[in-house]
Amino acid sequence: MYRYDEIDQAVVDQRVAEFRDQTRRYLAGELSEDEFRPLRLRNGLYIQRHAPMLRIAIPYGLLSTRQLRKLAEIARKYDRGYGHFTTRQNMQLNWPELRNVPDILEELASVQMHAIQTSGNCVRNVTADHLAGIAPDELDDPRPYCEILRQWSTLNPEFTYLPRKFKIAVTGSPQDRAASEVHDIGLQMQRGSEGEIGFKVFVGGGLGRTPIIGQVVREFLPVPDLLAYCEAILRVYNRFGRRDNIHKARIKILVKSLGIEEFRRQVEAEWEGSKDFATRLEPAEVERVRQFFRPPAYETLENIDAAHNRELEFQTWYRYNTRQHKVPGYRAVFVCLKAHGSVPGDMTSDQMDAVADLADRVSFGLVRTTHNQNLMLADVRQIDLYDTWQELKRLGLASPNIGTLTDMIACPGLDFCGLANAGTIAVAKQIQQQFDDLDYLYDLGDIEIKMSGCMNACGHHHVGHIGILGVDKHGEEWYQITLGGSVNGFTALGDVIGPSVRQHEVAPTLQRIVDVYRARREDGERFIDTYRRIGLKPFKDSVYVQDSAAA
Amino acid sequence: MSRILRRHEFVADDWVSLGDTPPGDTESVIVPFATFRENREAWLARRGRLGVRLAPADRVEDLAPDLPRLSLVAVEFTGPGEGRGYTTARLLRQRYHFTGEIRAVGHVKQDQLYLMHRCGIDAFELAPTEKPEEALATLTRFKVAYTPGAPLPGLVRERFRTQREA
Ligand code: SF4
Repeated sequence: MYRYDEIDQAVVDQRVAEFRDQTRRYLAGELSEDEFRPLRLRNGLYIQRHAPMLRIAIPYGLLSTRQLRKLAEIARKYDRGYGHFTTRQNMQLNWPELRNVPDILEELASVQMHAIQTSGNCVRNVTADHLAGIAPDELDDPRPYCEILRQWSTLNPEFTYLPRKFKIAVTGSPQDRAASEVHDIGLQMQRGSEGEIGFKVFVGGGLGRTPIIGQVVREFLPVPDLLAYCEAILRVYNRFGRRDNIHKARIKILVKSLGIEEFRRQVEAEWEGSKDFATRLEPAEVERVRQFFRPPAYETLENIDAAHNRELEFQTWYRYNTRQHKVPGYRAVFVCLKAHGSVPGDMTSDQMDAVADLADRVSFGLVRTTHNQNLMLADVRQIDLYDTWQELKRLGLASPNIGTLTDMIACPGLDFCGLANAGTIAVAKQIQQQFDDLDYLYDLGDIEIKMSGCMNACGHHHVGHIGILGVDKHGEEWYQITLGGSVNGFTALGDVIGPSVRQHEVAPTLQRIVDVYRARREDGERFIDTYRRIGLKPFKDSVYVQDSAAA
Repeated sequence: MSRILRRHEFVADDWVSLGDTPPGDTESVIVPFATFRENREAWLARRGRLGVRLAPADRVEDLAPDLPRLSLVAVEFTGPGEGRGYTTARLLRQRYHFTGEIRAVGHVKQDQLYLMHRCGIDAFELAPTEKPEEALATLTRFKVAYTPGAPLPGLVRERFRTQREA
């Protein structure tokens, strides 16, 4: 993985010192709340329902075990002994104290981590495919480019006070596991006519209040122009994005109002006009960064049938919680944060420490975070899978439900988030209760549930096969359900099924939805395929049938 | 007379902003862009130095033809989240090669000074609440930067280079 040189270390160190001073001035009354807010946000610090919330950056979801242990230690020392992993591959602490935050940031800096620009109207953590570097279908590893973009965007003097937040995702594989088309800029790696690597550039995608799928602004962008072209996009946005209405301030609204042709014309003109002063990405720098992402020292192994002659429980786990690896003899293993009764994405400090130990033993000392709020050990020898499973099981992290309905995504919701309309944790538990039979879940197959506590859509509900959105109805928590959303190679926004339902009705409603699927599916058809074939109506008819009977 | 942080020194401000009374013919005066446009020729014909103040929404390209005849451009920041001025300054320096003073005015606080400076702003009319020594210190706090920008004493390394340098 990437290792800081003296520039990177100095950047985070000087940033910690700066924020320590800003916090001191705020606590001393020298900075008003209005002045302090944009400063603390740019250091990851929100003021939430109960306490501050600190969002720690995990660039493109990659952690060394030393860093994971540090997160465990910080959560123990400054919080309540657990952290929450988010859909943007970061980790949040729900209960830190403001006066401790500079110390937390200093501890992070000691392991080459930070919380810079994890919130606020600036360029956020750049995300990538969680299978980057190991996916068989990958063109090239996206992470060197993510790291370069991270550095370029960090404390970028021109783009630190944008109209609104700005998210970039990079994918190296046609199976777009980074959901790049619902980002402000989505970069999909392509090969040019000479076989060279470049990017297809999407712009203006995003979820939130106005979900929009990104459009192509440039078919092929050569690597040396990557930063210059992003600068052109950001400059047009910084100048002409709306600042009068927070709900219309994302770049997607600008792209929509100009139309993609006009937006493209402006970006290309800006790019042309800045050729001599734009930041150039030199091949030597790309090479320098690429060195850090070279494959680990894999052994020469054969693929084996690791599940052969093992108990059914292991076989099931193997099938659901491990993934193909491009190197023979290895597999990628999910560390499941979706066990029955758990809060999706939550992990205790003890679990983090134990997973770090495990990763040191079986996965080259590296751990990844995924968009689905799980962790991953990416490079496990197939002969180590059984031991790995036993250890994960002991830790309560081997629930074999990855990719099933209960591997759902949920934002923190009303329990923690100051912006929420409704709770997500209670609903997640209700769904876990309703669907607690594993065989039944396996029969349902691949269904993605994504849940957000308000229309800011941190839980990406629009792109869930089943999306759940918390809404506030006269002070009560209700939930709007959408069907048919997806990412991963085919980006679509879900359709609203009908009127929202009360909290206790969510799981029964889901039950009625999957009943329709079970009744109507054809051989081997996934939920999403059935939905695309038969459309919304059959689902709608059956979901609301009881309500109309009762009325 | 207020004091201006200019090129790392506090100096007495030798400019006046256009007020209710018309400036003397030889005075150095800063006029809002809208006012300047209404009477462009007259403003340019004065003997005193001329500066133009750009509000966040003003387009720097509209001022470009007149830049060679201006001694100063004031870039206005209207609040802590207002970020257009950073781009305005950068374009003034790098696209239009403006060599006169670029002065930050309005909500100019120590916490943004470094970023402003890196975008090419070289003079600051600090908000009245700001402590001069603290503000000055922010300009030497950073030793390294990733992206290229205007040089600062003490800033010893940058990661990336511009097209021109490469
Ligand atoms: S979706 Fe809404 S409730 Fe959930 S974390 Fe985001 S802002 Fe908070």
